[in-house]
Amino acid sequence: MPAEPEQYLTFVLGDEEYAIDISNVQEIKGYSAITTIPNAPAYVRGVMNLRGTVIPVVDLRARFGMPVKDYTKFTVIIIVTIADRIYGLVVDAVSDVLNLAGADLEPPPELGDALDTSFMTGIARNGDRLITVLQVDRALGIAGSSVS
Amino acid sequence: MQTSPIIRAQLVRTFFEEVAEHIATLETSLLELERAPSDAELLGKLFRAAHSIKGGARIVGMADVGRFTHLVESLLDQMRQGHLVPTPPHIDLLLRATDRIDAMVRAAAGSTPTPWPAELEAELAAIVHTAEAPTRGARPTLVPVVSFERSYHIRFVPTRDALRAGVDPLALLRQLGRRTVIERIEPELAALPPLGDLDPRASYLGWQLDVRTALDAEAILAMFQPAAACGIVEVTPATAAAATPSAAPRAQQVGDGGSIRVSVEKADTLVNLVGELVIHQAMVSDLVRNFSQDRLARLAEAVAGMERSTRELQERVLAIRMVPVGAVLHRVPRIVRDLAASLGKQVELELYGDDTELDKSMVEQLADPLMHLVRNAVDHGIELPDVRRVAGKTAHGRLRIAASHQGGNITIEVRDDGRGLDAAKIRQKAIASGLISADDELSDAATFKLILRPGFSTAEAVTDVSGRGVGLDVVKRNIEALHGSIEITSEPGAGACFQLTLPLTLAILDGMSLRIADSAFVLPLATIVESIRVRPGQLRRVLGKGELLDIRGESLPLIRLHRLFEIAGAIEDPTRGLVVIVEHDRRRVGLLVDEITGQPQVVIKSLERHYRKVDGLMGATILGDGHVTLILDVPGLIRRGHGLGGAPEGARHAS
Repeated sequence: MPAEPEQYLTFVLGDEEYAIDISNVQEIKGYSAITTIPNAPAYVRGVMNLRGTVIPVVDLRARFGMPVKDYTKFTVIIIVTIADRIYGLVVDAVSDVLNLAGADLEPPPELGDALDTSFMTGIARNGDRLITVLQVDRALGIAGSSVS
Repeated sequence: MQTSPIIRAQLVRTFFEEVAEHIATLETSLLELERAPSDAELLGKLFRAAHSIKGGARIVGMADVGRFTHLVESLLDQMRQGHLVPTPPHIDLLLRATDRIDAMVRAAAGSTPTPWPAELEAELAAIVHTAEAPTRGARPTLVPVVSFERSYHIRFVPTRDALRAGVDPLALLRQLGRRTVIERIEPELAALPPLGDLDPRASYLGWQLDVRTALDAEAILAMFQPAAACGIVEVTPATAAAATPSAAPRAQQVGDGGSIRVSVEKADTLVNLVGELVIHQAMVSDLVRNFSQDRLARLAEAVAGMERSTRELQERVLAIRMVPVGAVLHRVPRIVRDLAASLGKQVELELYGDDTELDKSMVEQLADPLMHLVRNAVDHGIELPDVRRVAGKTAHGRLRIAASHQGGNITIEVRDDGRGLDAAKIRQKAIASGLISADDELSDAATFKLILRPGFSTAEAVTDVSGRGVGLDVVKRNIEALHGSIEITSEPGAGACFQLTLPLTLAILDGMSLRIADSAFVLPLATIVESIRVRPGQLRRVLGKGELLDIRGESLPLIRLHRLFEIAGAIEDPTRGLVVIVEHDRRRVGLLVDEITGQPQVVIKSLERHYRKVDGLMGATILGDGHVTLILDVPGLIRRGHGLGGAPEGARHAS
C-alpha cells in the first residue's frame, strides 16, 4: 500500500458526515424515479434506470436506522461500483472530496454489541470535523448475498 | 517480432473462436469419414481444419498445440494423398487426438498446461511412419520425409578464424534453412568490436536459432563442418518449459461472453438503418425547434418514420444474435457414437433442422439439457440389438432429433424408438417416493412428467438399467430457466419423445402491463389464458388451500398479488378487480390485479445482474416513460399457487 493519501467522497446524512473511497464512485445523480421491489429489506428502496441498466438503490438513512426523509428534487444518489456491480446510494447531500492518509484514520470505536461497526473503516479527523469512513460494500448490506 | 498486448489478446480471442469451429469440423467430418473412408473432399476438409489449428496455435504461441496438431495433420495428409486408407481404429485415434487438441487449447486458456500427450503422440507417429514406409523406397532418400518433428535450440558461434578456415556461416545457415524449419533466429553481437578495431577477415558473430525438424540432434550437428572451425555448436532439444507460451492467455479471454461474427452485408444493413434513424431524428429535432401548428402533420410523419426505422433496427439487431441450432447439434453424433459403442448398442441418428436459428446465448445454454436427453435416450431408451430383435424391431435403434420454428418458438424433439416409458412403473415409483399419493389419478402425460421431478430416478424404475441416476429434473430446470417447457409422449415398446419448446430469444418479450395500486408490472403475454371479472359465487375459501376460483368447472388457486408483494391501496375485492388467468406447464392460477394497462413489447433486463433474484419476478424492463417496471415470473407464481415449493430456490436445495 502506498503511503500517499487516498481520495474520499464525503456526504451528509442528518447531522453526520460520512466518507467513501472515491474509487468506488462512478457518478452522482439527482433523484430519479425508483421502482419498489417486493419483499426487499426496507433499506433497499427499489431499482432505478441508469441509462438502460437496472440497478438497486439503497437508502443509507434506512440502512443506518435513521428516520427516512421524503425524496425531493434535492435528494442525491451516489452511483457506486463494487466488484462489477452497480448500486445507487441515497444520501442527503454530497459535500466534498477529501484527501486522507492512513495516519488520519482512527479505528472504529469499540462500542460493544450496542452498535454494529463492521461497515466502518474508521473515523477520520478533518480539522474539527469527525467523519465516519465507510467500507462501502459492507455498508450496502446486499453485496455478496446478491446471488442466491 | 513483438506484438502489442492488445493485438495479441485479439489474436488469441479469434484463435479460440476459430479453433472451436475447426475442432467441430474435425469431429463431424471424422464421423462422416467412418461411412465414406475415401471421400477426397472430406479428407481435404479434415486436413485443412488441422492445418488451420496448427497455424493458429503457433501464431498465438501455443507451441505444444501446434506440435501435436502437426502430427494429426501429417496423418490426415497421408490419408489425403492416398497412402493410407482410414480404418475405424484410425478414426478412433483421430477422434481421441481431436479431444486432446481441444483439451490442450482449453488448458492453455486456463493457464494450467496439460501434460504432453506422449502416448497419443506415439500412436500417431507409428501410423504415420508405417504409412511412409512403402513410399520411402520409391523416393530418393535425400528428401527428408517430415514425419515427426521436434524443436531444437541451436547456438552457433564460429571461431574468430572461421572465415579463414573456409567456413561460410551464411551458407551453413542457408543449408540449415533448407533442411529444417527455422522458427526464430537471433544474432549474437556481443563480440563485435568498434568499427575501428574490426578485422574484416575475422568472424565476430554468433547466432541463436529455434528450429523444427524431423532430423535428430546428431544430424544437425553433422551439418556444421569442418567441426573445428565452427567453434561453438550447441544443439539442445527445446524443453517443455521453453515451448510453453510465456504469456499464457487467461481463461477470461475465452469465456467472457464470447463474440458473434457478423457478415459485412448484415453490418451494412445496420449502418443504413442507423443512417435513416439519424435523418428522421434530425427532422424531428428541426420540426420541434421551429414548431408551429401547421407543421404538426409533418412532425407526426417524421415520428412515424423514426418508429419504423427503430423497429426495423431492433429486429435486425436481434437477428444478429440468432445462430443456427446446429452449433449444438453437431456434438450429438459423437456422443451417440461413443455411448452406443460403449453400451454395445446400434443407433442410427437422424438430425433435422440444424439450420433453425435461435439466440446465441440460448444455443449455449441448450447444449447441456439436450445432451442429457440424447444420452438418456441411448442409455435408457434404445434397447440392446438382441432385445430389439426379440421384440420384432430392427437391431439398430433410431434416434431422431428435429428442430423447427413454430410461431415465436423453437421446438426441438428428441425421439427414440426404444422401449418407451412405462406409465405403471413410473406411477409405482412416484407413489413409493412420495411424489404422489396412491389415490391420485393422473393422465399418462401427467405421469410421464413425474420423471422430471427432483428425487425421481428413472434408472431403476423404468428401464432397469442400474447405475447413474438420470437427473432429468436438471434438464427441466435448465429448460425452464430459458422460459421453455418439456412435453413427453411415449408408446410402451415403441419409443419415447421429449419435446422442448423454447422462445427464440431471451432478450425481448411480448408483455401485458398491469397496475396494482400505483405499482406497475408486466406479465409475459404467452402465459396469459384470459382475463375475467369474477362473480361473487365463483370464489371459495378452502382450508389449507387458500382461495379457489371456479372457472367453468375448473378450480384455480387465486393469488392476490397485492398481498404477495405487500402493496397498499390495491383493490382487494376480487369481484371489483380483474383476474388474469395464467398458465404454465398445464397448471393455471388466477392473479388478482387492479387493471390491465397495455400490451407493450419489452426488453428484458436482469435484476440479478446488480441486485439479486427476487421471488415472483423474472426480471425488469424499462418502459417508455423511462421507469423500471418489474416482470412477473409466471412459473414461480404457479408453483406458489399450487403449493409446489413457493420457497426460494435456495431453500429447496438445502432440504
